[in-house]
Amino acid sequence: MSDPILSLTGVRADIDQYHILHGVDLRVPKGELTVLLGRNGAGKSTTLRTIMGLTTVTGGQVRFRGEDITGQPTPRIARQGIAFVPENMGIFSLLTVRENMVLAAVSGPMDEQRLTWIFELFPPLKKFWNRPAGNLSGGQKQMLAIARAVIEPRELLLVDEPTKGLAPAIINDLAGAFEQLKEQQVSILLVEQNFNFSRRLGQSVAVMNDGGVVYAGQMAELADNEDLQHELLGLGLGAHQ
Amino acid sequence: MSAHDEILEPRPEGVLGRFRAFRENRPHLFLLVLMMLVAFFMMDPRTWVVLTISGLAMGAMVFLMASGMTLTFGLMNVLNLAHGAFISLGAFAGATVLVHWLDASAGQSSLLANLAAVVPALGFALAVAGLVGLLFERLVIKPVYGDHLKQILVTVGGSIILMELIHVIWGPNEIPVPRPDALTGAFLVPESWPVIGGVALEKYRLIAVILGLAVYGMMTWVIEHTRTGILIRAGVEDQEMVEVHGYRIRLLFLGVFVAGSALAGLGGAMWAMYREIITAHMGDELMISVIVVIILGGLGSIKGCFYGAVLVGLINLYVGYLEPRLAAVATVGLMVGVLMWRPQGLIPVIKV
Repeated sequence: MSDPILSLTGVRADIDQYHILHGVDLRVPKGELTVLLGRNGAGKSTTLRTIMGLTTVTGGQVRFRGEDITGQPTPRIARQGIAFVPENMGIFSLLTVRENMVLAAVSGPMDEQRLTWIFELFPPLKKFWNRPAGNLSGGQKQMLAIARAVIEPRELLLVDEPTKGLAPAIINDLAGAFEQLKEQQVSILLVEQNFNFSRRLGQSVAVMNDGGVVYAGQMAELADNEDLQHELLGLGLGAHQ
Repeated sequence: MSAHDEILEPRPEGVLGRFRAFRENRPHLFLLVLMMLVAFFMMDPRTWVVLTISGLAMGAMVFLMASGMTLTFGLMNVLNLAHGAFISLGAFAGATVLVHWLDASAGQSSLLANLAAVVPALGFALAVAGLVGLLFERLVIKPVYGDHLKQILVTVGGSIILMELIHVIWGPNEIPVPRPDALTGAFLVPESWPVIGGVALEKYRLIAVILGLAVYGMMTWVIEHTRTGILIRAGVEDQEMVEVHGYRIRLLFLGVFVAGSALAGLGGAMWAMYREIITAHMGDELMISVIVVIILGGLGSIKGCFYGAVLVGLINLYVGYLEPRLAAVATVGLMVGVLMWRPQGLIPVIKV
């Protein structure tokens, strides 16, 4: 296996007086989709926020492409090629869809070809191009959030629960989009609760519990081993359709 | 297009429906029209025209002063109570240039010579206020970023220091400001015009209206159509996501703060020429109007700020004419009324 594009070693983070992450060790292989699973409150979202520099690191190290990015300001981390789609999607609802995209294209005008590709992936964005993003439906907002993250080639996408609250048909569309990104060898770290969605897309997997990573391996292994799923996730996930 | 993916807006029905829709969707225009209409029926049309132009002029100047503060508050949640000091600073800087220039070109009353005094005066006011704004942000605002209580204490302190500095440099007394000849006097509306024939419109007020509209137009253009504008609007809504996209919001804020201070200075210089007398504390007095305007318009909204300023200007003049004793109450009364109707202000931008 090649060097990971992102690695966390012993990362600790606090929010106010609470210790949220107690030494997270995580490797995101280059060009693969890694799923981060775990119960609510396990620290998955905080892990993503900590990578982006949105939560202060109190210990450990975050390395991106081998370089130490621990404690760097968020804009600097972003400029190195990491895109982040937060759980609430972070859409600028008063801006139009177009303006959201213009803002996301940091290095200048949007690339026409990439935009065409995005419109093919998510046709509603083309349709509502000049409408305020706040008027979009939940699924369309998620499309916009992912479109923003990929309007320019990025090396790593951090996506927090894209399927949350969405209808199955839309989840399917999103899965299709992630499949295409995988084909383009974009490295992705996906936080997810939906195990079927994760199993379909994930190549590697890490499971978090109580502020630390308790399992890391190949998705295929976890998917085949129901006992392990029970042990790690505490749920009969096979039945959790 | 199927029904569920079209974004539905209820269609107003009938005259009353359309009226309601207008009132709810364009509260700023509704109030403006209402106020002008009510005033129109309470006075002589000629008086009404004069008062309206004066009100618009006052509104234009207050808008210049308030626009920066609404953006600094909207964008970074920073309460800068020293904003008034920048108004005073601009007034004194502008007056200094005017005094010197007019002395040098004494007796020249050609338009060109006058413009040669006014333009550098306004430019100097803009530059001084902007430059002091830059220092002020770095030295005073930056350390108390994110803490309202400290911001209030520190900026009030900063404001006192700036106003005392004005006393040190320009002396403690009121300073008369010469208004260039080309800007004094009035245009006479030709007698042959219906209704308003023979009305005298003060030149300076017309110029203030034009300048205010020009700045408003320019700001709106920047905010609506440039990348910087998109960033400012995005930042007002969600700072963190602007940073997640790789932009340094602190730099954006610094730029907005400097521009806002400079505009306050410009407004101050224009106010100085309007009132023809200035004191170091003029900024403090104007701050009441400024604060009313930004709350009335909706914090963080340039459009709201503009309409808020125009409404404050108009109500001041109308009420001042109809019932002078109530003039002071009118501004605050307007704010209270609007907030009872729309607690977020006329054009809300940020969620408070």
